[in-house]
Amino acid sequence: MLLHRLVAVSPMLLCACFCLVSFPPNLLQLLLPRVSYLPVVTDKVKKHFLKVMRPEDVEEMWFEYEGTPLKWHYPIGVLFDLHASNTVLPWNITVHFKNFPDQDLLHCPSNSIVEAHFMSSIKEADSLKHKSQVVNDMQKKDHKQLWMGLQNDKFDQFWAMNRKLMEYPTEDGGFRYIPFRIYQTLSDRPFIQKLFRPVSPDCNAHTLGDLLKEMYPDALTNDGEQKRYQVLIHGIEPLLETPLQWLSEHLSHPDNFLHICVVPVPTD
Amino acid sequence: MPVSLLWAVDVYGRVYSLSTVGQQWEHCRNTHLEFKRVTAAQQCCWGIGCDNSIYLNVHASDLPVRYQEDTYENQRWNPVGGFSERLLPSDRWQWSDITGLQHQPMASFQLPSSSWEWEGDWFVDENLDGEPTEKEGWTYAMDFPATYTKDKKWNSCVRRRRWLRYRRYKDMDTWAKIPSQQTALPDPFSDISCGGWEISEEPRGRLSLWAVSLQGKVWFREGISHHNPEGSSWVEVPPPGEVVQISCGPGDLVWAVLWEGHLIVREGISRDCPRGTSWAEVESPSPQVGAIHVAVGVNVVWAVTKDNKVWFRRGVNSHNPCGSGWINMVGEMIMINVGLNDQVWAISCEDRLVYFRQGVTSSELSGKTWKAISIPRDGERSHSSASANSQHSAGCFFSSEVRAPSVVSDAELDLEHPPGDVAISNVTFPGPDSFVDAPTNSSSSQPCEVVPDEGEADVLSSNSDVTITGSGGPPDPQWSNVDLEEAQIQNGQTGAVADSVDSCSLSSVATYSLAMEDQYGVDEHPLWAWVSGGGCSVDSHSQLNWFTMLQSVQSMSLSMTPAQTAAWRKQIFEQLSERSKREMDNFRHYEQAIEQSVWVKKGAMQWWRDWKPHKWMDVHFALEQFSGAEGHKDGILFIYYNYYEEKKYLHAFINEVTILVPVLNDSKHTFAIYTPERTKQRWPIRVAAGTELEMYDWLALLSVSCCDSRGIYGSPSKQAIWSITCKGDIFVSEPSSALEAMPYPTPCDQMFWRQVGGHLRLVECNSLGIVWGIGFDHTAWVHTGGYGGGFFQGLASSTDNIYTQTDVKSVYIYENQRWNPVTGYTNRGLPTDRYMWSDASGLRECTKTGTKPPSPQWTWVSDWAVDYSVSGGTDREGWQYAADFPASYHGFKTIKDFVRRRRWARRCKLTTTGPWQEIPPIPLSDVTILPCAAQSSVDTVPVWAISNKGDVLCRLGVTLLTPADLRLLALKYQSALSPSAGDCWYHIPSPAKQKLKQVSVGRTSVYTVDENGNLWYRQGVTPSYPQGSSWEHISNNVRKVSVGPLDQLWIIADKVQGSHSLSCGTVCHRLGVQPMEPKGQSWDYGIGGGWDHITVRGNSMEPPRICLPSMTEPSPRAAHTPPPTAP
Repeated sequence: MLLHRLVAVSPMLLCACFCLVSFPPNLLQLLLPRVSYLPVVTDKVKKHFLKVMRPEDVEEMWFEYEGTPLKWHYPIGVLFDLHASNTVLPWNITVHFKNFPDQDLLHCPSNSIVEAHFMSSIKEADSLKHKSQVVNDMQKKDHKQLWMGLQNDKFDQFWAMNRKLMEYPTEDGGFRYIPFRIYQTLSDRPFIQKLFRPVSPDCNAHTLGDLLKEMYPDALTNDGEQKRYQVLIHGIEPLLETPLQWLSEHLSHPDNFLHICVVPVPTD
Repeated sequence: MPVSLLWAVDVYGRVYSLSTVGQQWEHCRNTHLEFKRVTAAQQCCWGIGCDNSIYLNVHASDLPVRYQEDTYENQRWNPVGGFSERLLPSDRWQWSDITGLQHQPMASFQLPSSSWEWEGDWFVDENLDGEPTEKEGWTYAMDFPATYTKDKKWNSCVRRRRWLRYRRYKDMDTWAKIPSQQTALPDPFSDISCGGWEISEEPRGRLSLWAVSLQGKVWFREGISHHNPEGSSWVEVPPPGEVVQISCGPGDLVWAVLWEGHLIVREGISRDCPRGTSWAEVESPSPQVGAIHVAVGVNVVWAVTKDNKVWFRRGVNSHNPCGSGWINMVGEMIMINVGLNDQVWAISCEDRLVYFRQGVTSSELSGKTWKAISIPRDGERSHSSASANSQHSAGCFFSSEVRAPSVVSDAELDLEHPPGDVAISNVTFPGPDSFVDAPTNSSSSQPCEVVPDEGEADVLSSNSDVTITGSGGPPDPQWSNVDLEEAQIQNGQTGAVADSVDSCSLSSVATYSLAMEDQYGVDEHPLWAWVSGGGCSVDSHSQLNWFTMLQSVQSMSLSMTPAQTAAWRKQIFEQLSERSKREMDNFRHYEQAIEQSVWVKKGAMQWWRDWKPHKWMDVHFALEQFSGAEGHKDGILFIYYNYYEEKKYLHAFINEVTILVPVLNDSKHTFAIYTPERTKQRWPIRVAAGTELEMYDWLALLSVSCCDSRGIYGSPSKQAIWSITCKGDIFVSEPSSALEAMPYPTPCDQMFWRQVGGHLRLVECNSLGIVWGIGFDHTAWVHTGGYGGGFFQGLASSTDNIYTQTDVKSVYIYENQRWNPVTGYTNRGLPTDRYMWSDASGLRECTKTGTKPPSPQWTWVSDWAVDYSVSGGTDREGWQYAADFPASYHGFKTIKDFVRRRRWARRCKLTTTGPWQEIPPIPLSDVTILPCAAQSSVDTVPVWAISNKGDVLCRLGVTLLTPADLRLLALKYQSALSPSAGDCWYHIPSPAKQKLKQVSVGRTSVYTVDENGNLWYRQGVTPSYPQGSSWEHISNNVRKVSVGPLDQLWIIADKVQGSHSLSCGTVCHRLGVQPMEPKGQSWDYGIGGGWDHITVRGNSMEPPRICLPSMTEPSPRAAHTPPPTAP
């Protein structure tokens, strides 16, 4: 719980600077929760910029960082780690109200789409962790509480419910499979997601290193080699011997997935 | 749950123990012996060694086993030489016991066994009934026997004094042989079972130990108690047949298995008669197959039949110890054992693993499934080098089973290799002639090298012969061991040859041990032969680490103690805080993306309405939360109600709520909300939720909101003020430095209290943050530094440092009877009489069936039983007599008594969680911790306590890190009631005609409370004269007092009048306490009623802007801090 507090409540904020593409000097500085989604937290952005926009110029809002359109369905922290982890803060995001890049981004007409996406992620994660038993046992209002907690930045409300999703029978030693996604910057594949158990057949706890070795061996640094990649979770580089089950319980995003970003080591 | 042990013996006779927090079997190394069987209690473990002697392993604990021997020296005055040892011929012995009838010179006192040692030499007791005597300890009287006084008078013709000497049991944590004092020793023991500790609490540590000898006789060990762990003697309890195995439960159940396969049940076991009165017979579960093993608990009986089937007996309780019928259970076991809380342990027939029965609860005593305990033993690998000796001897007594499949060839081998030790055992064993098979069997357990010797063959064959001749009757009774019987059943078809194989199977040591190594290599799991859970305190809620090694991952993730922090975890924490700095700290001026919106939780509740007539009315209850100024969350509580068809509401600001008090009773789930205003009125907002769960949901949520709005998080500080309600709920308040300010302290009703999980009767602390509590069952608990637990969940509770806490208390009802001339005492009273079943006052009817536990949190754990420990004494059936109701009762019948009553008690238990850890083993009734000044550099302090038997105890060197470690020194002293006083004991007379019940000592003040609720201040206490001079009355209606390290005075007062109501049990603060005016001026009233205890001894925060005159001289307490020496 202590860590939940660390990750999910206070220090999860990330500073960001929004600027409108058509009016570059117009800036909005905001602290964003790392674990949330852009459409959920950008009401203020929209309001702020709509004041200076002509109504006819306003289409669906989207965001871009250094030429890359930002996928709203990735958690904000993942977007940052993936695209801007080694840059100087604040994170300068450009806001667009025109020319929606249909080929890169999903449309997001309302927050209910985000909610649907979020809930489907939770359900997917639970199907991996508990064969969907926990999430199916929950009532509609419990699902709602998860979403409302995230939406309103009420993480104690969120955790009160999410706790159930993080339980497992002690004799199993962990979840059935670890819900994880590995993102790479230099690939066309959106992310790697496969079945991976928290415990090896001979009852040893799998570590982050074990996972990468199997899923993405390139991310690991071999002996004598220069380190090429950083493995980031929530903006930090956990040691490769960190048990995967522990990571999944404590450093998963609210959607219950462990989002792992593999980014090249900055060259400078 | 405290740490406790499960004991087991493997097929090699090695004894292992498994701790409830451990993850491997620990070999009990301090013995060179092999054991056949063990039986455990919480304080000790008994075993039968392979030499057939009984061994005892007393667990070392904080409480030493000390026994006080005493003898009296008597003298008579004669005119010539004054008092001298020359007595009159008609007088008593010069050295005698207290009555004078027994001659007792000092030299006649011997240590009972080699396990004891003298603690010191004889010394004179300078006390008479708690009053100090003159230096020499003489007490005077006119003549023997008479009343002795400490003062010498003109007519004192005789005097006597008491000499004391302590002896101490020294063989803790080792297997000590029980000496066989008796000349007519019973034949060798083959089974043993201890239990009976719940029958009576007196004397402390009382145990019933039952044993079965090879001849099938049953023996009972007399006189086992804490002070006499070895017991005194064996008494035979003749059974109706030959017994092979016996089992004794924690309560009054004792069952045994007869050789024929029937079972017998001991009846009439009670407090007065722990041995019981008679045997009743119960048929074997299966008509064809007899029982071979039985295990009993408090309310359960399990049995195993010869075909290894497991049976559960329905309907067993102390009124019907025989139960009503058998149920066949799943699983094939060779033996079974019932431990504490009726939990069941067994050894499987198939893989010889120890199994635990999961899901055994008081409502489902038969449990759900068997679960194997598959964990390694310590030094698992080293066994290959185990001494040949142990292998051999082990082989001796468990061989037949392993060998059984290859019957004939082995039998031949046996005859070729007769055991060399038969002759030896012939010699060692007393009375082998009485039973011809005995030598063979005893040889089975002799740890001797095998020396094949032709010369012994005769002995062997004669044995076999006898066995065979006897085979017409019951088969060899010596095979009381389950394993061996099993083998015998399998061998049954082979007839006489097989029989002879059995009886001499033990001789096949050499072959056997080889086979053993082949068959079960060292990497195989251990093969268990016996398990005993009698000392293993687990229940269905216990988290055990025994079932999988993977658990370690889990436990890692939960515990956060710095010592265990793995590198990876440390790195994550460091990086996270670094990252937060990087990404946030310089950008705090940025707006938050999400405005903290208003968040509302609503629910339907009932409210105890403010206007008359007061009653519960349905209301809508809502909490609105929002971000207040400075980022604190805040909220408002609304109660929407209808008042004559008009919608109205009542509200309370969350930041004004001072406390939330759960009030559970059997009809409603309610809690009370106080604000300063409501505290003044003594009229809280009382609301009731529909279900207990809903109530706790609301309480948890409101509690978090209140803490949020005040910015209070995490563990209580060291200065915290602790208090306890009469329901046992624990509250803690963070004092501000203005709390003791002069002249305008923070009003007491504005103090914010938050609840901490757990259940206690009293709590004491000091400013080092050491907090001890005592439960209703006198168990001592230490605060672990955590917070939350109980119904607090999520962020309101720390994840580590929360443990299961249980408390037990008794509910009492009275059975009343009136005498009439025809039928004697009957339950027909006069029409004007009280209920025949009532509470203590007689005003309320309380029947056995109708009486419920105090609240839904409590569940019954025992049945109704007569309570003999009533003040005034009782007769043998628990009755107290009186002339009429209500009157003063006495424990014997006189001619004038027309009514009688007796008290029935039933224990109920509460299980909760909280930041508390048990401190075994001594039950305490009071405790105090030496207070320290805030700036003090001391980090170890003594904790003083009084046991529930009235002994004064001191625990030295308690620190915050090891608040519960180290030794408890037991000081036998006069019965004291409250331990706050110093340690050079001065006897201070009580205020006139009052019996003091509590004392509290601050820096310079001493206050006491007497039994009539008066608060007294000790005048004239100075560092050089700590006794003080006289008592001054301060106040009445006082229940408890707590004087803090700054001399601040807090009490729990009764009958505090508020504007709406009166409250009993109210926290009050003395105003105007100053160095020159230590008694203060007036009371300020805080939270109440229903409060029972407060301690301010942790609050050493000096109030601001006040200059106390320097206290250069040490306080009376400090002056006496050197640890006391035992008298």
